Amino acid sequence: MDTIKLTIDNRAVEVPKGTTVLKAAEQMGIKIPTLCNFELDGLALKNHPGGCRVCVVEIAGRRNLAPACITECMPDMVVKTNSFRALNARRTVLELMLSDHPNDCLQCPKSGKCELQALAADMGIREIPFKGKQSQYPIELSPSIVRDANKCIMCRRCESVCHEYQSVGAIGAVERGFPAVVSTAFGKHLIDTNCVFCGQCVAVCPTGALAEVDNTGKILRDIANPEVKTCVQVAPAVRVALGEEFGMPAGSIVTGKIAAALKAIGFDYVFDTDWSADLTIMEEGTEAVGRFKKFLAGDKDVKIPIMTSCCPAWVNFYEKFYPELREYPSTAKSPQGMFGATAKTYFADKIGVPREKLICVSVMPCVAKKYECEREELGVNGDPDVNYSITTRELARLIKICNIDFASLPEAEFDSPLGTSTGAAVIFGATGGVMEAALRTAYEVLTGKTLPRIDFEEVRGLEGIREATIPIPGVIDLKVAVAYGLKNARGIMEQIKAGNCPYHFVEVMACPGGCIDGAGQPYHHGDASIIKARHAAIYEADRRMPLRKSHENPEIQAIYKEFYGEPCSEKSHHLLHTHYFDKRMKFDLEK
Amino acid sequence: MHILVCGGTGCTANASREVIDALNRELESHDLTDFAKVVVTGCFGFCERGPIVKIIPDNTFYTQVKPSDAKEIIEEHIIKGRKVHRLLYVAPDTNESISDSKHMEFYKKQLRIALRNCGFIDPENIDEAIARDGYAALGKCLTEMTPEEVIAEIKKSGLRGRGGAGFPTGVKWEIASKSRVGEQKYVVCNADEGDPGAFMDRSLLEGDPHSILEAMAICGYCIGASKGLIYIRAEYPLAIHRLQVAIKQAEEYGLLGKNILGTGFDFEIELRYGAGAFVCGEETALIHSMEGKRGEPTFKPPFPAQSGYLGKPTNVNNVETYANIPVIINKGADWFASIGTEKSKGTKVFALAGKINNVGLIEVPMGITLREIIYEIGGGIKGGKKFKAVQTGGPSGGCLTEKHLDTPIDYDSLVAAGSMMGSGGMIVMDEDDCMVAIAKFYLGFTVDESCGKCTPCRVGNKRLLEILTKITDGKGTMQDLEDLKNLSAVIKDTALCGLGQTSPNPVLSTINNFWDEYVEHVTEKKCRAGQCKALKKYVIDPDKCKGCTACARACPVGAITGVVKNPHVINQLDCIKCGTCIEKCKFGAISLN
Amino acid sequence: MCGPQIKISEANYLKIKEICASFNNNPGELINILHKTQDHFGYLPEEVQQVVADCLGIPVGKVYGVVSFYSFFTMKPKGKYAISVCLGTACYVKGAEKVLDALKKELNISEGGVTEDGKFSLDVLRCVGACGLAPVMTINGKTYGRLVPEHVKEILAEYAD
Repeated sequence: MDTIKLTIDNRAVEVPKGTTVLKAAEQMGIKIPTLCNFELDGLALKNHPGGCRVCVVEIAGRRNLAPACITECMPDMVVKTNSFRALNARRTVLELMLSDHPNDCLQCPKSGKCELQALAADMGIREIPFKGKQSQYPIELSPSIVRDANKCIMCRRCESVCHEYQSVGAIGAVERGFPAVVSTAFGKHLIDTNCVFCGQCVAVCPTGALAEVDNTGKILRDIANPEVKTCVQVAPAVRVALGEEFGMPAGSIVTGKIAAALKAIGFDYVFDTDWSADLTIMEEGTEAVGRFKKFLAGDKDVKIPIMTSCCPAWVNFYEKFYPELREYPSTAKSPQGMFGATAKTYFADKIGVPREKLICVSVMPCVAKKYECEREELGVNGDPDVNYSITTRELARLIKICNIDFASLPEAEFDSPLGTSTGAAVIFGATGGVMEAALRTAYEVLTGKTLPRIDFEEVRGLEGIREATIPIPGVIDLKVAVAYGLKNARGIMEQIKAGNCPYHFVEVMACPGGCIDGAGQPYHHGDASIIKARHAAIYEADRRMPLRKSHENPEIQAIYKEFYGEPCSEKSHHLLHTHYFDKRMKFDLEK
Repeated sequence: MHILVCGGTGCTANASREVIDALNRELESHDLTDFAKVVVTGCFGFCERGPIVKIIPDNTFYTQVKPSDAKEIIEEHIIKGRKVHRLLYVAPDTNESISDSKHMEFYKKQLRIALRNCGFIDPENIDEAIARDGYAALGKCLTEMTPEEVIAEIKKSGLRGRGGAGFPTGVKWEIASKSRVGEQKYVVCNADEGDPGAFMDRSLLEGDPHSILEAMAICGYCIGASKGLIYIRAEYPLAIHRLQVAIKQAEEYGLLGKNILGTGFDFEIELRYGAGAFVCGEETALIHSMEGKRGEPTFKPPFPAQSGYLGKPTNVNNVETYANIPVIINKGADWFASIGTEKSKGTKVFALAGKINNVGLIEVPMGITLREIIYEIGGGIKGGKKFKAVQTGGPSGGCLTEKHLDTPIDYDSLVAAGSMMGSGGMIVMDEDDCMVAIAKFYLGFTVDESCGKCTPCRVGNKRLLEILTKITDGKGTMQDLEDLKNLSAVIKDTALCGLGQTSPNPVLSTINNFWDEYVEHVTEKKCRAGQCKALKKYVIDPDKCKGCTACARACPVGAITGVVKNPHVINQLDCIKCGTCIEKCKFGAISLN
Repeated sequence: MCGPQIKISEANYLKIKEICASFNNNPGELINILHKTQDHFGYLPEEVQQVVADCLGIPVGKVYGVVSFYSFFTMKPKGKYAISVCLGTACYVKGAEKVLDALKKELNISEGGVTEDGKFSLDVLRCVGACGLAPVMTINGKTYGRLVPEHVKEILAEYAD
């Protein structure tokens, strides 16, 4: 490999050709501040517009300062990252940015997590010398996301994610000059755009311009209300990430502490979405097996590939962009939805409470789940199956609000009957997990034999699209694909449209690496090693489980016996399956 | 005989169309259509005295011709061979009528290379272009020279980019020619002239579109491109029309399209329209705009020569740069390099405007002094006022003063003086112009035109403008002047593209050259040019005031007090400077200072 | 439960489709398409941009991002007589602002505005390239040069129809 020798802050360094000054400096332990620059290494997410200019450095012989993030190292370059000229410019640029930024850090949802705030603190900004016009945009509330364009610093990370990574394009730069800002077309509310509420814009936004809708206040009020009972469910990916909010290393598995914390907060019943993930496998797996059988029998009308439908942003995506293909995804509700539907029927009956008096809350790594809660079809007469959803970050706040010392909290168990789960459920939290869980069950259902090996390594990993052929002896060589990122999913939808999709079974998750980097998870600030640690922890949690196949979950077996009958029964169709809508924008032509 | 009439924008706005119609009617009514022909040409340059009519072959140069003059021109000059003396230019110094433009001060010191055909040919007739060596250089390149030889010739000529920055054209072509050989490449002509007060490119395209097409084809031959694109302002309908006609004619003559002159070389040209964004003059922004995107610049490298339009190697030059190419090929690099200064060869076209007697389009050899341009070609300052400054380089340039008047102008000397060549706008200012207000004017332009991508330009220029406004409103402090300097330096140092990096130049150059004026605005709240409205004071002269109370009754804010038949006083704190009092005073007692 | 509905007349819808098709529905031609569309409708209201986005298969945000970037594109209809005052440097130093002020006063609108009867709209632009006649303004493309504020009334009177 070609290498380049240069000098940074009086020290010699040798780097591969093509390395940026920023990365070269990083190797030497020199941390040049950045804001717009963003990259999730190995997860196909990047943004390098070179627009914020806080990373400027002085390069000998150059007329002006250079942005370290996009300036490539050149032979014999002499770089000063901390010359007075560079430091003065960097501070001035930051002051300029702050001169058009609301000074409301104390109330800001990103306070303490804001990269702009952190930089201002590091640089010791004590006053902003520039006074002048400040942007005045209305603050917009959607079911999932709060958008405060006044805090936008035009880093364009959200735009890159929304356009390049998700291929949605709901937000992007509008106007020019001082009024330039990232916004929706015509300043519309997100709900009136093609936004799928994946929330990755929130996950990458360095400031408080994009944040999740906060439901912690509602929870505290409901818990305090003697008229209602409260139950809570916790999604798989939450347990490998929440610890980060309390200073624990990324990838810490804190399942037991979460159960204990939720009990300490005062929920009447603390359950597990992993339980309903196992239920999802029974329903979706059975639906898939049914479709494969029809397909093998030569049925031309059967929709193959079957696609997963757990990810709410993905559901929004195909309703808005590919409504004509909406019969391909499984009709199975998401684990959150199955949990809610069961809690408000079977469980409410069991404890003798009318459904309206049972408040069902979910803790999700996701912001799109908030939108899912509001879907009319996922409720009865206006009473939602899941009343509302909070993110991993909101749970961390709730724990802090309730004076709980999470780190020293003794572990507890989830309650029964909706609390027992298998390893197949916990891997729902990573890309490929739903596929693997489904394969573990489908294989045994289709062949009637025990799996020779339980780990389907071929569908694991962090590449954006992974494909594999899984031989199911005597039945089919099952061609499967696992994709994350809606741009990748779009590619598969286009194949289906063109009639050349080679797969039988497809899993789609909107977020990088699946739910482990859901938009409701603790902020990673571009550190991909955090996602990788969560990824490893998910599979570690699977290994630790005594049972690792959904159909072996005793509570699942019990609820079929007691309530649903069998997978895809009439009752389960009624409660555990849903239907999709054509939500594509249409023209109403007037004659 | 030929009757050339200027069809450029300035003269058209001054009814040259009507002059043309009237001349044609007169020719017809005298049955002279076989004998004389009216030719609509591009700009003659002397816009101040438009519409211009020139009679060939005797080179009689008529100025300020009105449609009603047509009859006399035909009956006297064309039929009887007698010049219409009242339409000739009168030299202001000698009061003598001048018939041939080459004896006019305005033209004496000019050297027209890029503008060689403007005002000589009918731009909508390819035969006239060909008669003046049009496409000869292309033929020579394709049949007698290798691309390497052409590039070597351009390099040897010393031609530098006329868009402003002055990058050597031959080197640019060489880089593009060596980039990704064998792939589709593009030749782009930057005709997005957005500099306020500049109309060089427009006049060139309107007056001589073929030389641009020819040069682009030569460039395509050199770098290995078969496609050319002209990015032109949508606000230039006449230039667009002339280009469309020229492309069509060149295609019909086999000078564009497939297998040009039977040499196997293919080259086609399409037009792309700008939509009103000054930043699109920056080449990466221009390319994004041509791709249908927001005109936001991107960091270089990669340069367009490496990855440009649609990600392909692309060479971008401005209109005037291309206009020089065919002449260099025809007359040789040595001839071209003999003109100008050591590091800036050839000529430069300027749009001379502002407080000057001879407003117009001029082309002068590099190395000429500002004094020669302003006082000889330009005929000095209008109304006998005192020269104050000349602004070059538009919003990216700066103001030069008396002390710079004898500097030979080229790329490097202008930069050294705190301005830049820019695309060629040259605005002359007199003692009535406030230099703080001028800096504010340019900043206002940059703020409007900033793309908003990088922080220093988006927010920094807005803050600069706000500080300048504070100063012209009489609210500035000495700290504000310090802030102006530091902020300007940081914006120059950190902005992403050329627009941002040069945007503080008008501020810095006026601070450097007119520091006293800034200080006066701040400490004495005084604008010596009387331009800053907020700093104006209405005062009543007690000797002239009769105490009629008319002003006090008319004052909308009750700022005037006094006793009847005694002198009145204006309370400056209440005065809103509306000027009502001055209109009402019958005794001339109220004045503004 | 369905997606958003955009109301537009069928004739307009078909016209936009025709314009986009004439550029092969190529998103790279967006600016040329918007020019043609604005030529036809006089301005680019929301529903027009929605149809363009639909034809080109790009998010409407991209179309709006471009429309709001370039000053030539407008989302508001212009007056029957569109007045543009040049504020290029040459015109500026020769007092174009005073002419602009006179127009504002006479028409009782500000820059970018349209008179209530829809007859006049007032905009500023940067250099029409007639610096020799500075200060200048154009009304529906016709140039008026060497202006002083006193001319304004007279010129507007030409458009009393």
